[in-house]
Amino acid sequence: MVSLFFCIAYLIVLNGQSMPQLKSQLQNKEARQYRQGCGCCHCGEPCPADSFSLDAKLFCCFGCQTVYKLLHENGLQQFYELNSRPGVRIRSECAVAKWAFLDDPALQEKLFDYTDQTRAKVTLHLPTIHCVACVWLLENLFKLHPGIGHSQVNFSRREAAITFAPDKIKFSELVALLASIGYEPQLTFGETEKAAPSPWRKKAWLQIGLAGFAFGNIMLMSLPFYFGLNSFNGGWFKPLAGFLSLAFALPVVTYSAWDFWQAAWLSLRQRTLTLEVPIVTGLAAIYLTSAYDVFLQRGPGYCDSLTGLIFFLLCGRLFQKKTYDRLTFDRDYKGFFPLSVVRKNSGGEASVAISQLQTGDHLILRNGELLPADAKLVSGEACLDYSFVTGESEPVGCAAGGHLFAGGRQVGGAIEVETVKPVAQSYLATLWNNEAFRKHSDRDLDSQTNRYSKRFTKIVVGIALAAAVFWIFRDAAKSLKAFTSVLIVACPCALALAAPLTHGTAQRLLARLKIFLKNALVVERMAGVDTIVLDKTGTLTCADARGVEFMNAERGKRKAETGLTADEMNRIGSLARHSTHPKSVRIAKAFSFTVLPVAGFKETPGCGIEGEVAGHRILLGSPAWLAKCGISTGDKINDTMSVAVALDGEFSGAFKFENSLRPEVAQLIAQLGGRFELALLSGDNEREAARFQKLFGDRAILKFNQSPADKLNFIRELQQRCKKVMMVGDGLNDAGALKQADVGVAVVEQIGFFSPASDVILDAAELPRLAKVLKFSRSAAQVVRAGFVISALYNVVGVSIAAAGLLSPMVCAILMPLSSASVVVFSCGTTAWLGRRLQVQKLPVGSSVRPNLQNSTFKIQPIIEEAV
Amino acid sequence: MSVILLLILASLTVGLIFLGAFIWSVRSGQYEDTLTPAMRMLTDEPSEKISKTNSKLK
Repeated sequence: MVSLFFCIAYLIVLNGQSMPQLKSQLQNKEARQYRQGCGCCHCGEPCPADSFSLDAKLFCCFGCQTVYKLLHENGLQQFYELNSRPGVRIRSECAVAKWAFLDDPALQEKLFDYTDQTRAKVTLHLPTIHCVACVWLLENLFKLHPGIGHSQVNFSRREAAITFAPDKIKFSELVALLASIGYEPQLTFGETEKAAPSPWRKKAWLQIGLAGFAFGNIMLMSLPFYFGLNSFNGGWFKPLAGFLSLAFALPVVTYSAWDFWQAAWLSLRQRTLTLEVPIVTGLAAIYLTSAYDVFLQRGPGYCDSLTGLIFFLLCGRLFQKKTYDRLTFDRDYKGFFPLSVVRKNSGGEASVAISQLQTGDHLILRNGELLPADAKLVSGEACLDYSFVTGESEPVGCAAGGHLFAGGRQVGGAIEVETVKPVAQSYLATLWNNEAFRKHSDRDLDSQTNRYSKRFTKIVVGIALAAAVFWIFRDAAKSLKAFTSVLIVACPCALALAAPLTHGTAQRLLARLKIFLKNALVVERMAGVDTIVLDKTGTLTCADARGVEFMNAERGKRKAETGLTADEMNRIGSLARHSTHPKSVRIAKAFSFTVLPVAGFKETPGCGIEGEVAGHRILLGSPAWLAKCGISTGDKINDTMSVAVALDGEFSGAFKFENSLRPEVAQLIAQLGGRFELALLSGDNEREAARFQKLFGDRAILKFNQSPADKLNFIRELQQRCKKVMMVGDGLNDAGALKQADVGVAVVEQIGFFSPASDVILDAAELPRLAKVLKFSRSAAQVVRAGFVISALYNVVGVSIAAAGLLSPMVCAILMPLSSASVVVFSCGTTAWLGRRLQVQKLPVGSSVRPNLQNSTFKIQPIIEEAV
Repeated sequence: MSVILLLILASLTVGLIFLGAFIWSVRSGQYEDTLTPAMRMLTDEPSEKISKTNSKLK
């Protein structure tokens, strides 16, 4: 009994975060940063030679220096002591005007948690929170402005709840202040409709606390009976202990076990037999028998076993309900849309909330902005990147009057468009009207446990009746006792624990590998998969440094490293790292270079960047832009996808970009091909069909030019042929297919950032492990089955004793915890052992190449991973 | 023998007090976020000014 208690306590501790673990993680982070050498004092990025300095400290840019100054002036220098280089580099302008739309009262009403005359409270999602110093700074925000009051950070949710006085600081000013110190709130369209978090966690803790309390106290009073201390047997002690036990057990059976009663009732109404049915039958039998025994003073009752049983069941349930606050598994298109867009009106331009958009509004879209509704182009050069929606990576141009679809991102100069449909009826939003998004998963009812419990319940009831009938002819008094005893001892506590503990352990182990499961049942569904459908762009291929080639105007096509001299690489790299344009970022990542100071840096959106490095003037941009600047690019390079380079006013060549296959993908497909049926779906055109057919083999189905709805229908067709389908995708274009599939796997470049609704969120670098993960989930299913066998063996022993009419509270108090404990130890132990094998086999070095921290656009590396 | 009655009463009282404390702590939201308080305690300076600022706002 004691060992079981420790087991459960250990699991609960696993569920939370232990302090030593937290501390060591913090130390690791510091050590890691120390090794990076000296960089910007604020954000840790490398500083150019003529960098900004203040108080003998170096800064990479003016923005970082400003934040440092601001914090110092307000007595917040401790920020830099809590963590070395804790800041976040500020990359976008933080003008208050950008946030002016937030002062709209209707919008504020939706965003604020609470308002009165003098105060308002708002909870903002700040994705750049990443360390202790962030928490400290945000909780000391009141020192920066007299209008800000108490603020409280929730690290695991990356949220800050801030109280402020709207008459002293406007909401837009507050948001601008946060953005100016590096914590730009994530304000998406979906935020305005956020539902209150479900209170299940509070309730779960209360239920467990109550059950634990009752369990402990009843055990205390039952101990004398276990040891047969006869002095306690006489007089008033026995009935007192009995009645107290009954009183304590009553709230446990009703309140703590409420969810089991509810689930059992639901399952009976649906005419199935889930595991909850035998559980509540057992609970009722135990409680009524105990009451009968106590009232007639026949014995102390079984309340100790009863409360212990419920306590362990609830612990197992809590263990299974592991969630990841930082991740959202059910996100629709609204989570991807911005909160506001620039609308043109008679007086000029103003930011307006998307919810207030009407058909016929004229919108201004600047470089990198997302089109929120289907629209018609009015003026400007539209070049929309639909990779978000369709997966097609090449931007699409459009003439004036042409139709543009929601979800496209403008690349280039500003355009003016007129909306033709409301946001909710756009091409993109209609995908969410598909029935796949409306159905709720009834699939969970068809779990391994429930299939087993159907047979189990029938057998138990059969044996109980048989025992009753057997005894009725021999010893009528024993008949009822035998009947209830069988129901008591067969209460499938161990059985109910086998699946939650195995799946919960598997879920936690996978989370350590940055593979996050929506819930523990996904492990079981993964084990049943027989068909895998993969998306191409963004899933199998990615836009990274390896796809960059430099085509030298004189020397011909070369790799990026060899097409340029070292000096040229230094200059181009130094210039490119100043821009956040995806192509600049890829160029800066493609080769190693020494950072040189850049003078006169200028970025022309949609055209290119220019600047002077070490006395040499460099232009990087589209061939058309170079031509406009008076530099002839010749005839060789005329496509829009290349970036032309001009050194000292002379065209020297161009960078070409290709989507390269992720590392190890070929090996992964070979591994999967043996066991699963494979298919590839792509929104892209067929230019790479031959390459992928070779990779996938002849049996696989390859489909190109697939719309989001096509993908969904393809999955549905497979399912109609009784296939269990796993869909692996990344963008919104896969959202329908991910939802329809039995298991939807979203591949993301950065955990915690946007991903479509799915069952599994997988770090892109871990994709090669997919085959092993699937194997692991199949092993987990076998562990569950073995757990069933163990609990069945205990049941055979217990039921034999019970049917013979020999069950006593003592036997019950030993047998029940023992069976639970052995299942707990077996499930967790075996799964952890299997998981260890999964982790030991590290990926080859080549595949673990992460974007170089020095050159990457995002520095944000969450240091404290959620407890796993 | 009757001392056992006293002991049971005493232990139950203590137990019930702690059960009440537990219910209060859950209801006041102390189990909602178990990660941030662990980080908060790593910073030394008590933010004594917070209460002042809050009263200023009122």
